[in-house]
Amino acid sequence: MVVLVGVTEAAVWAALAEIPDPEIPVISLVDLGVVKDVAVEGERVRITFTPTFMGCPALDTMRRQMEEAVTALGGEPHVDVLLDDSWSTDKITPAGREKLREAGLAPPPPRGEAAPTLVQLGRAVHRCPYCASTETRLENIFGPTPCRSLRYCDACRQPFEQFKTI
Amino acid sequence: MTDRTRLLLELADDELILGWRNSEWTGIAPFLEEDVAFSSIAQNEIGHARALYDLAARDVAASGRQSDADALAFDRAPDEYRCAPLVQLQLVPDWARTIARHVLYETADAIRIEHLKSHEDTELAGIAAKIEREEVYHRLHAEMWLDRLRGEERYRAAADELWPYALGVLAPDLRPALAERVGREEVEAVERAAPGEDFAALWHEMTMVRRSAPVGAQW
Repeated sequence: MVVLVGVTEAAVWAALAEIPDPEIPVISLVDLGVVKDVAVEGERVRITFTPTFMGCPALDTMRRQMEEAVTALGGEPHVDVLLDDSWSTDKITPAGREKLREAGLAPPPPRGEAAPTLVQLGRAVHRCPYCASTETRLENIFGPTPCRSLRYCDACRQPFEQFKTI
Repeated sequence: MTDRTRLLLELADDELILGWRNSEWTGIAPFLEEDVAFSSIAQNEIGHARALYDLAARDVAASGRQSDADALAFDRAPDEYRCAPLVQLQLVPDWARTIARHVLYETADAIRIEHLKSHEDTELAGIAAKIEREEVYHRLHAEMWLDRLRGEERYRAAADELWPYALGVLAPDLRPALAERVGREEVEAVERAAPGEDFAALWHEMTMVRRSAPVGAQW
């Protein structure tokens, strides 16, 4: 009898879903939407990885952790880095968005047809992750990491971080 | 070197050197929000440079010479860099000139990116589209400062001074679009050439760690 025990795509996806984002550990790489594809041929596991912000120092760590996860499953990892615009903040899963909110990081508003404007960023439609009020204002387009802006909630008087829409 | 590699290196050098210049505000900007903003913009620009150098390094490797992003960013001789004179200028601690450069560069860069997004080379078009997603925020930041400073004499003088440099960021066929967007007459541009004195000092500082690292050091 020939027994074929190999790495399956489902097993790889499950393993990747256990890897926390290095900078925002409340969500996994699968929640973040950076894994575009997994293809298994025998032991060879090809992962198509779409980086988030290009200057994000966590990208190398993400890549290494994905390779380690595949190796732990007995596969031979190949991570292809896709340098196009296939990742956007719309790729963050609904579960991922909820985990961000619970951690006090307001999830990114959906991308519109046009690029965001100062008027939109200034508008009080962004919801405070602490009290859910929309009485919030932009403090700074930029924050502690490339992916975040800083806002202030006038209802509960809490500054908070807003994931930027890109 | 192919035209594509030359173009990638021009873009990457612009982003790396501007990123470096922007990072010179870290810790000394007029207020904390701007420390954070210029540091973050610098990080983005250097991230764009890395991705562009990665593509360029693949081209170089395909022609049989081993290369990678770090080698292209830090191992070239100063006169091999192709960055526009606009990004080389050291402008700290002059806030008016810094904002004038920021506004002019981001406007020129937007035109260049739009053009690249429809390039027949899908890798160039793809990377341009990705870079654009982040550049939107740089332009919003520049726009906010332009609104605050446009009536100030110091700002106007800085924008006049840097205008010929801004034209030099773009290829000649894209310059009329820039003139139209900023509402200025096209003048003689300060063209890309062998880098000047400002650059030599920056190059020394920027490559010092790598030049002094022992052979085989891993980062």
